[in-house]
Amino acid sequence: MRRGVVKLKFLANKNTLVILLIVLIVLTPLLVNRGAEFGGADGEAEEAVLEMNPGYEPWAEPLWEPPSGEIESLLFSVQVAIGAGAIGYVMGVMKERKKIASN
Amino acid sequence: MSRKIILAAFVGLMLVVTPGASHGMHIMEGFLPLGHSLFWGAVSLPFLVAGILSLKRSLKEDRNAKLYLGLAGGFVFVMSALKIPSVTGSCSHPTGVGLSAIIFGPFATTVVGTIVLLFQAILLAHGGITTLGANMFSMAIAGPLVSYGIFKLLGKAGVRKTYVIFLAASLGNLFTYVVTAFQLAWAFPGGPGGFGGALAKFMSIFAVTQIPLAIIEGILTAMVYSMVMEYVSSEGATILTNKA
Repeated sequence: MRRGVVKLKFLANKNTLVILLIVLIVLTPLLVNRGAEFGGADGEAEEAVLEMNPGYEPWAEPLWEPPSGEIESLLFSVQVAIGAGAIGYVMGVMKERKKIASN
Repeated sequence: MSRKIILAAFVGLMLVVTPGASHGMHIMEGFLPLGHSLFWGAVSLPFLVAGILSLKRSLKEDRNAKLYLGLAGGFVFVMSALKIPSVTGSCSHPTGVGLSAIIFGPFATTVVGTIVLLFQAILLAHGGITTLGANMFSMAIAGPLVSYGIFKLLGKAGVRKTYVIFLAASLGNLFTYVVTAFQLAWAFPGGPGGFGGALAKFMSIFAVTQIPLAIIEGILTAMVYSMVMEYVSSEGATILTNKA
């Protein structure tokens, strides 16, 4: 039992460090590249296509586009919420099952 | 030649930075000529069919498979919605398909990835219906195949599990964008540099932007995987134990 506790603590510390590393990777571009627009890479690709092939006409348009940046971020948030909810539910179920199985 | 060296340096860099998991910027609606759209659709369709069959089999053989599917699908939903800034001054997002490829294999992952691509194409004007086949090929076929291949290969070589998962997820992520760059360069070799010049251009837009994100995806996939393995009870976990 004692050993298990120690092991868990160690894991928690390692995860904390790793999460800090992720935060660092996300923040670095914001600090290093302050003047940048941070638009989407797909938008840049769109520009590159048109620049190299000035004659190209996109032959299809999205059927529906979110009317504003707010609505778009709403939909992205909904996507994350669905995903995070699923992950949390599954993790909870697995944890309980394991607990029940080990009793 | 120098491009090869640069690419090798990037891959090397990722090997050195070994802390411990995704997907992103798809080809926009209408931005592939009709012939290319049809070609990639035709290439991707058999994978989708194989994926549906493989998924059905997994769901039958392991009573916990539905749970893992919820987890893997949820992970793709979360990861592919997180647009993260990169050193290139633009944003892209991870894919999240590596986890699914490791748990369910590459073909079942095609189904999971296609659902997310459809969601984003229809509701978010992100990617597109005419480019769905091409985007499926990069994110839901090629990336997962690389992840699964690395997982199998290094897993057998006895490399530490955390590192295996990290490499599988992050290199699968990176490869997705290499494929996207190739698809665009093939369709639009019109610049002064021809195909090679276009490839270099699209690589610099997609693949380079993706490097820090690939590292993040690798880390998160490894974390989630290790949590899953910790909670998994030994009985009835055929999918995870078979593949691990």
